[in-house]
Amino acid sequence: MAYAAGVDVGSTQTKAVIIDEDRNIVGRALIDTGANVVAAAENAYSKALADGSVPEEEVKYVVGTGYGRYRVTFGHSQVTEISCHGRGAAQIFPGTRTVVDMGGQDTKAIRINENGDIDDFCMNDKCAAGTGRFLGAASVALDIPLGDLGATALKSDKGTKISTTCTVFAESEVLSWLGRGKRIEDILWGVHQSIASRSLSLLRRVGLNDEITFTGGVSRNTAMVKALEDRLETKLNVSDDCHYMGALGAALFALDHILAARHPHETTEASA
Amino acid sequence: MTEDLVGRGNKDGADLFRQWFTSLDETANNGDQAAYVFVMGSINEILKAFDLPVVFPEINSLQTAVRRVAHEYLDVAEDYGYSPDICGYVKADVATQLQDGLHPMGRIPKPTIAVLTNACNTYIKWAEIWERMHNIPIFTLDVPGTRNEGGQTWQGDRDFENDRKYVAAQLRELIQLCEKVTGKKFDIDKFREVLGYANRMSTGWSQILELNRSKPAVFNALTDGTIFLGVANGFRGTEEGAVYFEQLAQELKYKVEHGIGTLMDEEIYRLIFVGVPCYPIFRRFNELFTEWGGSFINSTYLWFASGGTNRGFQYDLDNPIDSLAEGVLISVRDAMDSMFHQEPMIEDMIDEYSVDGVIFHPIKSCRTVSTGLADSRRHLTERLGTPSLFIESDMMDRRVVSEAQMKNRIDAFFEGLASRRQQATHA
Repeated sequence: MAYAAGVDVGSTQTKAVIIDEDRNIVGRALIDTGANVVAAAENAYSKALADGSVPEEEVKYVVGTGYGRYRVTFGHSQVTEISCHGRGAAQIFPGTRTVVDMGGQDTKAIRINENGDIDDFCMNDKCAAGTGRFLGAASVALDIPLGDLGATALKSDKGTKISTTCTVFAESEVLSWLGRGKRIEDILWGVHQSIASRSLSLLRRVGLNDEITFTGGVSRNTAMVKALEDRLETKLNVSDDCHYMGALGAALFALDHILAARHPHETTEASA
Repeated sequence: MTEDLVGRGNKDGADLFRQWFTSLDETANNGDQAAYVFVMGSINEILKAFDLPVVFPEINSLQTAVRRVAHEYLDVAEDYGYSPDICGYVKADVATQLQDGLHPMGRIPKPTIAVLTNACNTYIKWAEIWERMHNIPIFTLDVPGTRNEGGQTWQGDRDFENDRKYVAAQLRELIQLCEKVTGKKFDIDKFREVLGYANRMSTGWSQILELNRSKPAVFNALTDGTIFLGVANGFRGTEEGAVYFEQLAQELKYKVEHGIGTLMDEEIYRLIFVGVPCYPIFRRFNELFTEWGGSFINSTYLWFASGGTNRGFQYDLDNPIDSLAEGVLISVRDAMDSMFHQEPMIEDMIDEYSVDGVIFHPIKSCRTVSTGLADSRRHLTERLGTPSLFIESDMMDRRVVSEAQMKNRIDAFFEGLASRRQQATHA
């Protein structure tokens, strides 16, 4: 049995996934990226190997993805996280035609075909409005841990309208609403609605096709899922694997390479 | 004919470009007259007939970006009070004016006259800056826009003939103004000679663009094309310009016949570029595509930044002023259509030039050229399903150019192209 690995070095967190030849996830790891990107990739990979009890020599191909993909020094090739999220989403939810990936510094809308290949994509440009960073700013302003934001926001019954689109100014707007006596949960729900609105614009640009799968770190935030579902008026595909979708997609591309090397004349899905 | 021919156009083009700026430096230092003009409708033909050296502030400005000093110029203009949000070309020019013509390629002379068209709305406000700074006459040629249900009108059409007369009357006014400014009498024979050179250049220019139907492409529309554009603008109506384009056509025909492409490696994808180049990282931007085997085989920039002269319009030397009016009307309208209504031209080209993908490059500091690009892209996707990429940066301001973000998108675009091609192969 050979294994394939994907390492997704994101701006905030680094994820690693090990899969077997049947495309099952056998090991995974998630760590903060920090300042040393090379070490983050190595650490996440080591932890994923340990998590799956997979000897490193049995991993025959590693693909790096994410902004730090070229810093995965032990990787054999690199694929963008845009392709990887599409591929991963199609693996977990085969009916996926649109992916919304919300990460630390960018949000992507990706339209994919039945093979998980990209038909079109769109991302926020040069501005972190509508991304996880926006939630980070709210977390700081309200002194609430990032992991508790969703649950707090869901207590709201009337969101406060957040008008700014700038992550930097969001913090001051949040503080100004606090000063005017708005409830924390209402402000937070307003922040989630604001991000959902920005994301919807990206999704419309690539074309909204069912099914829609929500990936990336922010997909763990239950209020964000609800805010997007409210705006889209449809249920989103979400699972515990969604945070690892980029790394999973990278591992699937890695597996393509392993299988292509065994059967070089057969069709594979390798595009890395 | 030998391999020595290959590369001659780029070398000669760069030499001519340097000579042009050297001569402008001499003009500035001698305090001689100069005409400020723009790429979309320079009316070089009349100005050259009066021996007026032409200055293209758009080209001066982009050169500060190519030479990686644009930020210094933008800072000067912004310190003076210009907003970060307005045209970077304007600001770099304002900084040049404020610093007595200081420019990395040599000193730029002050204007004696400025000639512009309405092809870009910024031109009008820009020229007013010179009017205030230097107290000079500005001449705005009003070119009636395309209005026949989104398409051009042509010779014989009543609207066209009225428009031609309107432009011709304005050109006669420009001639009178040039006589007044230079103190020289208009010489119709010299004017005919200039038009003749412009005709030869236009013939060569349109031939060159056609030659890139060849596989592999014989020139890169983004990098090589920008060198050609420099000559097309600066040397229009001159013998050097005419000879340059004839020799360039000769070189590129040789490359077609011998299958000599522009890439070191195999040409894998043939691309069209839509918009204005990313000059702050000009070479690197191109490499982000060539690293994947992508080659730019044409660009709307080569159309509108040559003022539509790519159409190859030929002036009738027996009827020079009316014919110039006709050529200006057709070419400048075509330049405007290349910015605002480029879909039909791109659609035609996708088949004719075997195009694999279209790169839309809106730029932050020029909304004129960028505003409609999202609609164009959507139109193209819906009608033809041609893969396309939408990446935003700027033509001048490195503060809004993020190479890492661009690379991510470009890599993902090529991953998608590779995947499509693989599926098509196995279908």
